[in-house]
Amino acid sequence: MLKDSDRIFQNIYGIKGDDLETARSIGDWKDTKDILAKGRDWVIEEVKTSGLRGRGGAGFGTGLKWSFMPKEGDRPQFLVINADEGEPGTCKDREILRNEPHKLIEGALIAGFAMGAHASYIYIRGEFYHEAVALQKAIDEAYAAGLLGEEACGSGWKMDVYVHRGMGAYVCGEEGALIQSLEGKKGQPRLKPPFPAGVGLYGCPTTVNNVESIAVVPTICRRGGEWFGALGKPNNTGTKLMCVSGHVNNPCTFEEEMGVPLKEMIEKHCGGVVGGWDNLLGIIPGGCSVPVMTKEMCDVATMDYDNLREHGSGLGTAAVIVMNKQTDIIYAIARLSKFYAHESCGQCTPCREGTGWISRMMDRMVIGNATIEEIDMLENVTRQIEGNTICALGDAAAWPIQGLIRHFRPLIEQRIADYQAAKNAAA
Amino acid sequence: MPKLTIDGNEIEVEAGYSVLQACEAAGIEVPRFCYHERLSISGNCRMCLVEMERAPKLIASCSMPVGDGMVIHTKTDKVVEARASVMEFLLINHPLDCPICDQGGECDLQDQAVAYGLGTSRFTEHKRSVQDKGDYGPIVKTEMTRCIHCTRCIRFTHQVTGTAELGGIGRGDHMEVSTYVGKAINSELSGNLVDLCPVGALTSKPFAFSARSWELKPTESIDVFDAVGSNIRIDTRGGEVMRILPRLNEDVNGEWIGDKTRYAMDGLKRQRLDKPYVRRDGKLVPVSWDEAFNTIADKLKGMDGKKIGAIAGDQADCESMIVLKDLMASLGSTNVDCRQDGSKVDAGVRAGYTFNSTIAGIDEADAILLIGTNLRWEAPVVNARIRERYYRGGLKVAVIGEALDLSYPYEHLGTSPGDFKKITGGKDDFSKTLKAAKKPMVIVGAGALARADGADVLGGVRKIAESRGMVKEGWNGFNVLHTAASRVGGLDLGVVPGNNGKDVQGILEGAASGDIEAVYLLGADEIDTAKLDKTFVIYQGSHGDAGAACADVVLPGTAYTEKSGTYVNTEGRVQRGLRAAFPRGEAKEDWAIIRALSDALGKSLPYSSLGDVRNRMSEVNPIFNDYDGLQAAEWSDFGGTGEPSSEALVSPIENYYMTDPISRVSQTMAECTEAFINPEQQKTGTNG
Repeated sequence: MLKDSDRIFQNIYGIKGDDLETARSIGDWKDTKDILAKGRDWVIEEVKTSGLRGRGGAGFGTGLKWSFMPKEGDRPQFLVINADEGEPGTCKDREILRNEPHKLIEGALIAGFAMGAHASYIYIRGEFYHEAVALQKAIDEAYAAGLLGEEACGSGWKMDVYVHRGMGAYVCGEEGALIQSLEGKKGQPRLKPPFPAGVGLYGCPTTVNNVESIAVVPTICRRGGEWFGALGKPNNTGTKLMCVSGHVNNPCTFEEEMGVPLKEMIEKHCGGVVGGWDNLLGIIPGGCSVPVMTKEMCDVATMDYDNLREHGSGLGTAAVIVMNKQTDIIYAIARLSKFYAHESCGQCTPCREGTGWISRMMDRMVIGNATIEEIDMLENVTRQIEGNTICALGDAAAWPIQGLIRHFRPLIEQRIADYQAAKNAAA
Repeated sequence: MPKLTIDGNEIEVEAGYSVLQACEAAGIEVPRFCYHERLSISGNCRMCLVEMERAPKLIASCSMPVGDGMVIHTKTDKVVEARASVMEFLLINHPLDCPICDQGGECDLQDQAVAYGLGTSRFTEHKRSVQDKGDYGPIVKTEMTRCIHCTRCIRFTHQVTGTAELGGIGRGDHMEVSTYVGKAINSELSGNLVDLCPVGALTSKPFAFSARSWELKPTESIDVFDAVGSNIRIDTRGGEVMRILPRLNEDVNGEWIGDKTRYAMDGLKRQRLDKPYVRRDGKLVPVSWDEAFNTIADKLKGMDGKKIGAIAGDQADCESMIVLKDLMASLGSTNVDCRQDGSKVDAGVRAGYTFNSTIAGIDEADAILLIGTNLRWEAPVVNARIRERYYRGGLKVAVIGEALDLSYPYEHLGTSPGDFKKITGGKDDFSKTLKAAKKPMVIVGAGALARADGADVLGGVRKIAESRGMVKEGWNGFNVLHTAASRVGGLDLGVVPGNNGKDVQGILEGAASGDIEAVYLLGADEIDTAKLDKTFVIYQGSHGDAGAACADVVLPGTAYTEKSGTYVNTEGRVQRGLRAAFPRGEAKEDWAIIRALSDALGKSLPYSSLGDVRNRMSEVNPIFNDYDGLQAAEWSDFGGTGEPSSEALVSPIENYYMTDPISRVSQTMAECTEAFINPEQQKTGTNG
């Protein structure tokens, strides 16, 4: 359990206010100039030491990602911050944006400095209107206080931060699509290679990071990578904002140490599952893109990348969706399939055609209007999508259904049998 | 050069190749839909997935650059399954209406479904259907339900034509390829969309439902609607030309052809001259060949050669031009000219009338000055090549002439030859750009040289080329862009006035004044025929156009599809087209008509076969020995030394879709004119 003294986000519920003065009172912008004075290699090394892994879902080492940026070159370099928080169930970046924007802005300065970027673009989800306003207000405050601009924090490093509002496409949270959208093009993921660190925004070296990954950087630099690395488990270090929604008594977002036991976390922060832990049906632990876990898995799972992967699921964005036994799990997953069919960008064949197909099949599974063989066919179609697409949306559409079939197949079969029985009775 | 292993075979390919290209080089077929050699890589169809060792997933071979030591497998179970699943996904929402689809028989989807797909379908849901959004114009027919979203068409309009009419709207399986609010595709290259589309979503409107691909007989030929000499394939069925497609020639047209090249061919069926005619009592009446020849013989026998003139038209083949020239010589006439537009180019210096840097040279150029040419209409494929070069970066373009939309940005330096000084003066920015460029080019349009002061304009352009260092060892940046397919061939064969001979203006003025009593028009229609009122006019050609209307004797010749002909394109490239169809009615091949007429005139020419005529051509100019080859022309003095007038330079083409007797009677070209040239003429209720 995380000690209060190790808490990075001290104002995540916005109790203290979002202005610069409040931010300074909780430690933001303290001695930023001194951090920058230690040089970009020091910052990258510190972030590497901390073991920070990308908080957007994929969990790629943040320090390692930064080190891919060219050390020198004649092209400008950009930091792009992904604030297009669209993963269903996820509600963490939003809290940072509206309650602790200065953490993000300071992080943008330090991270931008570390990767040699003089401009940072924050691509914010279009629906986050108030968050965009709060963020812009904070940026204006930072400029007025000389924390950004020609001489950011008096360090001699020029840093500009821009806010760009998205137009409401889930896929624009994928880094390639986000860059396309930022350039004013249709939001469709880009092919890799080339990777953004080589050819990114406007063809220049670019790093795209999640809001949370950037917002924790100033604290890591201030308290040291070793402090951060000592929290959590090896290879799954630090603290993480967790968002719990669904059938819990108290759905909420909170900061917790990585590797915290899932059950303990839900009991402590969320007041337990509605109807008690034994009433739990399953949990989707990382936003809707990862497979569902059964109660038996939830009993022992801990909230970190590696352990959840061992359970055939993933940490994703740590958006925990709790479903108790009153849930129609087939309908729940069918709803997710509809979401993916709606949000597929339509670029590559398996995802464009496949998400619509599996969504329609899932709709039939909900009422049981299918045959037993179609369960295998559905599983097979998701395998055909998985891994064959440009971005991970195809995988994300496939995994929840695979999880459903893996763990709840008898339920689907029962539904089909009931439907047939009802049909026969009517006839 | 990276070395990689593909299916167990080691192969070394150029760096920068994609895995797909490497597979092709190794002779292994990789199926694909979205990948196209001439467009950017989108990697979205996922058909070209292959297995790469040490990669966690299958890779899209079209977008993966080759690396040293790569190990690629294209025939593993995983790859075969992936291809089958992509095929299945493509087919679930594709209508299975092949029997009524125009693409049937030459459809990539059909072929690859047979080769890589599953035999059965597992899809039991409703298929998607897409409503066609408006009309794409007279050329492209749409059936968007068949679209497989490969985005080739979108990339084509963005990258090649630069008109950017097409885009994707919607997401997921609601994604549709569409123009914005039903706009038509207004591009001179739009017919290429039909070739690009791998399925039956974009098909040819003029060709709709008229033939199946397996019924057609392809013949390789050369286009005559502009001076580029695009390589084409003429598809015929039972002697009727059904359609024209481009043929790959990297040096000339690449893989594209203009819409006029492709679609003006329906003009071959209209207003054709299919029998000889003689004017009696002011009316042309059909006669036999003998009667026609006798009428000519009666008139010409004994006439002073100086009173006879001959003009060769824009689409004349080299064979007929040389025979005509020889016939004129035998009649004692030196009044022959192949420059019916009145061009002042000098037939003596080949470098002075050809596109010396070659069309492929555009790919290397780093500065281009366009003078008095509307490239988009005079040579659409050349314009597209410049556009492609421009967007690759490192090319600057400037224009002296009309400020038209060329589909790429350029600097407009002025409108008249008076503005040449800006370049030769050396002070202007673009002048410095040209001087600093490694491979600078100037392209002067045919219109700029067909003015009264054309010779001085030519001289002025030569000065520009010489003063800006365009002519040097291994590079000649002086280029003339002709608009007529026959022009360079005619100049190479010396079909220009001989000693004391009259040129086109001289012949026409002589005809008006009575100095010229007989004129032989070899498909020449773009002249002021009013001046020929008092003259005995022999018109030999394929279409009843201006020339035939003023003729006293009409000899039915052949269009380019109906004869084997040699054409020299604006670069000076000698190319040969083959006969695809037979002449209409009693019409004969053009060289043979003149040869037969020479008998009737008692001046028999010594040619008994096409081979004889071609030998004669080689004798006149050895370049005709070298088919498809290009020989660098020697630089020398040409052009006038006077100051050209400051009259504005204009392109000779007023309407891209109608420039010659064939395209003027083409229905498709008329529809294009209505749609794109005169769109303001709105239809009223009485137009139907």
